[in-house]
Amino acid sequence: MTAIIHPDAPADRVGAQSPFRVARRVRGLSDRAIAWLFVAPTVALLLAINIFPLVWMIRLSFTNLNLSMSYLPLRFVGLDNYSDILTDEDLWLRLQTTAQFVISSVALQVVIGFGLALLINRQFRSHSFWTTIILLPMMLSPAVVGNFWTLLFQPQIGPFNYVVGLFTGIPPSSFSMTGEVALAPWTIVLVDTWMWAPYVMLICLAGLRSIPDYIYEAAEVDRASSLRQFWSITLPMTMPFLMLAVLFRAIENFKMFDMVNLLTSGGPGSTTELVSITLKRAAFEKWRTGYSSALAIILFVTVFGAANIYVKALNRVKQR
Amino acid sequence: MPKSATKRWSTWVSGALALFAGVALTVVGNEPAAAQAKQLTLCWAAWDPANALVELGKDFTKESGIEMKYEFVPWTSYADRFLNELNSHGKLCDLIIGDSQWIGGAAENHWYVKLNDFFAKEHITMDDFVPATVVGYSEWPKNTPNYWALPAMADAVGWTYRKDWFARPEIQAEFKKKYGRDLAPPKTYDELKQIAEFFQGREIDGKKVYGAYIFTERGSEGITMGVTNVLYNYGFEYENPKKPYQMQGFVNSPEAAKGLEFYKDLYKCCTAPGMTNAYMQEGLDAFKSGQVAMQMNWFAFFPGLYKDPNVGGDKIGFFVNPAGPKGHFTQLGGQGISVVATSDHQDDALRYIKWFAQPKVQQKWWEIGGYSALKAVVDAPGFPKSAPFAPQFLESMGIVKDFWAEPSYAQLLLDMQKRVHDYVVADKGTAQQALDLLVKDWTKVFKEQGKAVASD
Repeated sequence: MTAIIHPDAPADRVGAQSPFRVARRVRGLSDRAIAWLFVAPTVALLLAINIFPLVWMIRLSFTNLNLSMSYLPLRFVGLDNYSDILTDEDLWLRLQTTAQFVISSVALQVVIGFGLALLINRQFRSHSFWTTIILLPMMLSPAVVGNFWTLLFQPQIGPFNYVVGLFTGIPPSSFSMTGEVALAPWTIVLVDTWMWAPYVMLICLAGLRSIPDYIYEAAEVDRASSLRQFWSITLPMTMPFLMLAVLFRAIENFKMFDMVNLLTSGGPGSTTELVSITLKRAAFEKWRTGYSSALAIILFVTVFGAANIYVKALNRVKQR
Repeated sequence: MPKSATKRWSTWVSGALALFAGVALTVVGNEPAAAQAKQLTLCWAAWDPANALVELGKDFTKESGIEMKYEFVPWTSYADRFLNELNSHGKLCDLIIGDSQWIGGAAENHWYVKLNDFFAKEHITMDDFVPATVVGYSEWPKNTPNYWALPAMADAVGWTYRKDWFARPEIQAEFKKKYGRDLAPPKTYDELKQIAEFFQGREIDGKKVYGAYIFTERGSEGITMGVTNVLYNYGFEYENPKKPYQMQGFVNSPEAAKGLEFYKDLYKCCTAPGMTNAYMQEGLDAFKSGQVAMQMNWFAFFPGLYKDPNVGGDKIGFFVNPAGPKGHFTQLGGQGISVVATSDHQDDALRYIKWFAQPKVQQKWWEIGGYSALKAVVDAPGFPKSAPFAPQFLESMGIVKDFWAEPSYAQLLLDMQKRVHDYVVADKGTAQQALDLLVKDWTKVFKEQGKAVASD
């Protein structure tokens, strides 16, 4: 049996490269067909759980669908949902809150993570043990972290307020980290940083360990100071790793939901209501399916666009 | 096709047929057993009365042979979970004890089975139930004889107080000296605030205590279910009684704004620290741990509190939601029991409702920790003395008001949660601005629902 090979198709390439002509064992099927047979479940799964919902959501975003009033006729409303969202002052405030959270938490995580990576990279005695200890928070589930910190922040019995009181003299029950407008935004930043700075550290550590020793040796020969070595070697050579960490964390924090929902439920008022919480409320509490589909698409395009620009910048840094 | 290949194919086909036959036989073999073990799934919230219902349900199983299975979900995710189930036409629940505000959506979306014919056939009449519960839990449209549920769990907001603290002579004397009256359960919100201020920060038995516990939860319905108890009594109304959906001047009247200011004052002056996102459970914890002198909560929890070894018995007292300058109302809670329209066991589910509606079952329901809405139970001469909170419960059920029960109730509720929490807890804007914004939000929701909203 002779199979006709079209080298453009991935399935065909797989078929062509098979060391054994499998088709000969299963009668009636060409190598190409067998290759497609193997790829088909994955393609079907991708279509079913990624592409179809996306296309369906785009369609819904142009309708008035509200699942709590599904008896109302489904109407095509054009760009109404999009214009509603883009002209909603409250939503812009939520985006502002999200941006503040993303910028503050990622900045802190980069500074702390990079600092920890520099320390761990010195390879002092028991550094492996400390690396494991530092990595523990990121291994926990965000739901556990949310509940755990809620308890720690409890004004009357929480150890956090007690410790603050011990050092500052402020009565522990006189402030609430999750309940005060001035403190709550910083509280979610603090907890997120506690959880994810180790992740940034891990990426930075990989970057630091990839710098060959001979570069530092050459710098030593040239009598470059430690600071000079840091600015001229360490930082530029770990920059792509740092940028990668920023990209990962920014995308993650942009869609942060679980931990913040458990810590503050978006409160007090709407002080810590990130756009992901607004989206969840619109979709699964208010059941405004059309509106929330449009919001999801706007957020997707925003993150996708920003990530693309960022990746281009990252590539430019890598090429330098 | 070569002979060997034909043989291989026939082996495969025989194997597949044998497997199919095996599976089919197993299914057929199990069918009589499945038919014998009839089962109904009842969905509700996970709280004290649900445990009482499990106890009660054993009698139904004994009488009918139908096994009862329960799906109880914590209050914080109760609406999300079950509205999702109903929305997606799921078959998890055969019977559902759904919140009073769901009735509009459940009727319009045909999630529940309409019970009029069944009631007529089984001689169940709604005249036998407390009127407020019939309107609140069963009717849609409101005040029309269209029934979608049987009143199952009557409930309203009430208050508990530390009777033992109130009774202490030194506290009594100090209070009288300060306010010129006896320290007693408050009849008005002004009195309640005075008492709360009096207890706030006071040391009792070597422990710092606080004045009052009120609802402030942001995520689901908490702060709304709390603030309405004050708003109603200050003159807040959902709409013009003569012109439906006209909210301007009713939701945001100057009196309603004063009520909202009062709630914020009470929250600021007299609650324990950190109560920025607190609902039923936090209230129970605060009261049981001896932290507060007075607690706002649902009557459903009062049997459990009365039995509490630390704060129950002689130490606890109960009072009706206090009156305000413009009236005396309280927030309706509670739920009706409905048959889910997608259930495959509707006949058995109706059989359960018929059984549940019987006076002797309703009497037992009240005795073991549920709250019956049947007049035969609550109007019985012995009822006020049957529990220490029974008189307050009876009085409360006569003055209840409920939140919107429109199909869009979830949007209306979340809008109110946001506006009230923004003002009360997050100190954003004024009370008048919060209510003006609420009118704007609600107008938008009703317009989306296709209602004609009059602006003035």
